[in-house]
Amino acid sequence: MVKGQFSWKDYDAGNTKHEWDLQKIHAAHKVLTEFKYDKNKIEKGFANKTLYINLTTNEIKEKPVTDDMKKKFTGGRGFGLKLLWDSIQPDTRWNSEENDLVITTGPLCGSTQYPGSGKSLCLTVSPSTNIVCDSNVGGYFGPYLKFCGYDALEIQGKAKEDVIIVIDGEASVIRIETAPLEEINTHLVSEQLTYMYSSKDDERSRQRVSVVSAGHGAENSYWGCLNFSFWDIRRKVARLKQAGRGGLGTVLRDKKIKGIVARVDKFTGVENAPENPEAAAKVGTKIQKEIRDLDRYQCNMRQVGTAHLVEIMDAYDLLPCENYRFGSFPKAPKIYSMKFFENFTRVIPDGCWHGCTMACAKTVDSFEVMTGPYKGHRVTVDGPEYETVGCGANMSLWDPKWIIEFNFYCDTYGIDTISSGTAIAYYMEMFEYGILNKERCGGLELAFGNFNAVMQFLHRMADGDTDEFIKVAAKGIRRVKDWLKSKNWGDHQLIEDAGMESKGLEYSEYVTKESLAMQGGYGLTLKGPQHDEAWLIFMDMVNNQIPTFKDKAEALHYFPMWRTWFGLNGLCKLPWNDVEPANNAETNDPSKVPEHLNNYVEYQNAVTGWNINKEELILQSERAYNWQRALNVWMGRGQRRDDWIPYRSMGPVTELEYVSRQERYDKQLAEIMNKPLEEIEKMDVGKKVKLLYDHRRNQYQILSDAVYMRRGWTQNGVPTPVKMKQLGFADEQKMLDFLAKKIQEDEENGLNEWGGVYSESEEKPSKERRYWESW
Amino acid sequence: MLIINSKEVIWKKDETISLLLKRMNFVFPMIVVKINGRLIKKDKYSTQLINDNDEISVIHMISGG
Ligand code: SF4
Repeated sequence: MVKGQFSWKDYDAGNTKHEWDLQKIHAAHKVLTEFKYDKNKIEKGFANKTLYINLTTNEIKEKPVTDDMKKKFTGGRGFGLKLLWDSIQPDTRWNSEENDLVITTGPLCGSTQYPGSGKSLCLTVSPSTNIVCDSNVGGYFGPYLKFCGYDALEIQGKAKEDVIIVIDGEASVIRIETAPLEEINTHLVSEQLTYMYSSKDDERSRQRVSVVSAGHGAENSYWGCLNFSFWDIRRKVARLKQAGRGGLGTVLRDKKIKGIVARVDKFTGVENAPENPEAAAKVGTKIQKEIRDLDRYQCNMRQVGTAHLVEIMDAYDLLPCENYRFGSFPKAPKIYSMKFFENFTRVIPDGCWHGCTMACAKTVDSFEVMTGPYKGHRVTVDGPEYETVGCGANMSLWDPKWIIEFNFYCDTYGIDTISSGTAIAYYMEMFEYGILNKERCGGLELAFGNFNAVMQFLHRMADGDTDEFIKVAAKGIRRVKDWLKSKNWGDHQLIEDAGMESKGLEYSEYVTKESLAMQGGYGLTLKGPQHDEAWLIFMDMVNNQIPTFKDKAEALHYFPMWRTWFGLNGLCKLPWNDVEPANNAETNDPSKVPEHLNNYVEYQNAVTGWNINKEELILQSERAYNWQRALNVWMGRGQRRDDWIPYRSMGPVTELEYVSRQERYDKQLAEIMNKPLEEIEKMDVGKKVKLLYDHRRNQYQILSDAVYMRRGWTQNGVPTPVKMKQLGFADEQKMLDFLAKKIQEDEENGLNEWGGVYSESEEKPSKERRYWESW
Repeated sequence: MLIINSKEVIWKKDETISLLLKRMNFVFPMIVVKINGRLIKKDKYSTQLINDNDEISVIHMISGG
C-alpha cells in the first residue's frame, strides 16, 4: 500500500445510513417480459450485437453489428446515429413513442490499459433542441453493457407504469420489471438497485453492478441528465457520473424508467479482448507514467479535478460571472479549486473507470445537506467539476458549500448542472432589470447571489410545482424568452440577446465575447453550445494563432474531429491534452500534442486489429460528424439560422458590460472605423455598443461562411451529396436524395448565398457561389 | 517595444520570462515560450532576460472541458 493510504475496509464515509426492506421492495416487482440470450464473446473491442427494447410492446431483440456499420460509423456515438436513423422520423420529438434512447459503448470502451477508456455515449431526440443530442459519461454502465454482450442499448416506446430494465450478464437474461416501490431520486435508487441486484452481499459483488437513473427533476424539466453509477468499494456508496446535456434523463423518465441495471459476473481487466494486448499495454503504460510524473506540474487534475480551471478562467477574464456579463469577479477567489480541495476526501484515488491514472473524479464525503427533503442527511457528493463551479460564478454564489449543495441536488434530482445553472443566471439578470420580479417568479426572490431562492426553485421544480414560472423556467432559456416576449414584460432585443442558449440548449461555462473562433465553437456545432466540439479560446484570443477567418475555419474543422473521435471509441478527452509529454514543446505542433495523437492511432489498431493512420482516424470522425449534421437537416434544423448565437456570447449587450472592458472595445472600434482613439473615447457609450453590435454580428456570419465551406457544406450549412459520397455513403440513397432535394429547395428560396456582408477589401471564401458542387 | 503573440507590449529593462509572464497574468501552467523563434526551456524562465524588440510567443496549450 502506498504510504499515506489506508485499507478500503477501514474507511467510513460518515454518510447517513439507509434502512430499507429490500425484500419487500423487490417482491412488489412484476416481471413484464424476460429474454434469455447467448452471450457473444467480445472480439477486438466489439460484442458485435446491439440490444433493442420496446417498452410499449415489451419486445426485446438483438440486432447485428455488421462490418458495413463499423466501416461507416466506427462505433459508440456513430452506432447511436445509425440506430436513430433507422428508428425515428423527421418529426419525431423527445416524447414521441418512437423516440429512441440509445446508450453506446465504442471499441475502446471497457479497456483498462489506457486511461479514460470507460466512457459511454448516450443519444436521443432532445426536448431542448428537437434534434439528436449526444452526451458522454463515465461510470461502469457502458463497459458492463459490453461485457454483458452488447455494443449498444436502444430503448424505444414508453412503459405504462414505472419499470426497471435488468441486463443480467451473469445469467444471460434481460428482464423488464415493474418497480412501484423504489425511490426515484438518484442517490437513493442507485443504492437500492445496487444492493438488490448484486449477486452477493459484499462490496466486490456490488462493484459488478451499475445503474442508470434520473430523479424527480428530470421528469419535471427539460434538463434531465442520466446518472451512471459506479460502486465505490472504499466509500461503500454508489458514485455518480452524468450524461448531462440535452435532457436525456427527461426522456428516460418520460419512458417511465426508474433504473437500468447492468450486472456482470466477473471483471478481469482484459474483458475488451484486444487483438494485440501487448501493444495496447505498451502504449497505455507510457501515458500512465506520464500522468503520474507530470500532472502535478501541469493541470493538477489528480488533486483537484477539473476545478483547477476556475482560477485560470478568472485570471484570463473567461469565468462567466453574473450571466456571462463579466469574465472575472472580485469574489471569485472564494471558489478557487483549493477551496474545494479542502472539502474533498483526499488520499483515495478517484477514477470513474478502472485504469484511469488521471483520477479526476473527486468527492466530498459526509456533506451535511442544508436544504430540501434531505436536509440534515450526510451524503457523498461527486464533484463539483469546473462547469458546476462556473455555474456558481454565473449565479453569483460565492460559497463552496452552496455550490456543493447545488451540485448534490442537481445530481440526485437528475438535472444537468450546466443547463440549470446557466438558465437560472439568466432569470436572475431578468430579475435585476425588473423584467421578472417576485410576483412573476412564483414568490421567489431570484436575485443574483440568493442561494436560498436557487435551492427553492430546484426543490419546487422537482416537486412538480404547477406555478406558471416554475413550469416554463424548467424548460430552459429558449422557452422563457418566448414567454417573456409573449407577456410583453421587457425589451424584446434585450430578452433575446442576454439569454445564453443556441438551438434551445444552454451554454456551458466560458465567456466567449473576445474569441470569434470560440463563438463558432459554440454555435457552429451539431447539438448546441457545449464546449466538447472545439475549445479554441486560448488558441484564438490569447495565442493569436488563428488570426484569419480561414485559420479559424480550419481549427473549427479539425478540433471537432478529434473530440468526435473520442465519442466514437468510448474514450475520455481529458488524457488527450490536459496532460502533455515533457518534450511536447519541442514538437512542430504542440497544441495538437502529436505524441498523444500517435498513441491513439496505435491504441485503436492494437484493440481492433485495424490498420489505420492519422488521416483515416480523422475520416472516421468526419463520417459520423457529417451524418449527424445531415440528420439534423432531415429533422428540419441544422442550417444557418439554427447556428445563430445570442449577442451576449459575441459582445457587450449592455452599457455596463461595455464600460467594464472599455479600453479593449474602444481600441477595436477605432480600428474598425479607422478613426483616432480619442474621438472614439468621446462617443456616447450607447452608440458604441450599437456599432460593435453590428460589426460583431457580421463577423460571425463571415466566420460561418468560411466554416461551412471548409466543412464541404452549402452556404446554408447543408452537407452535400458530393461530400457524403466522398465520405463513403454512396449507397445511402435515401439520405443522398433528401440532401439533393433540400439543396435545390434552398436554391429556390435564395438560401445558398453568403451570409456575411463583405467590404471591398474582404474576400469571400470562394469566387464560385456553388463551390460545393465540385467538392 | 516587444511583440507578444502578435501584439505590441512595452519592454521593461531587466525583465525575465517569469516576470513577463507575471506581468501579462499568464498563469496557465501548460505553456510554450519562444523568443525570436527559439524555444526556451522552463528551467530558464527565471534567468532568461528579454531584450527590446524581441518577438515572443507564449503558446497556451489547448485545454478545457
Ligand atoms: S480523466 Fe477523469 S473523467 Fe476522464 S476517465 Fe479519468 S477519472 Fe473519468
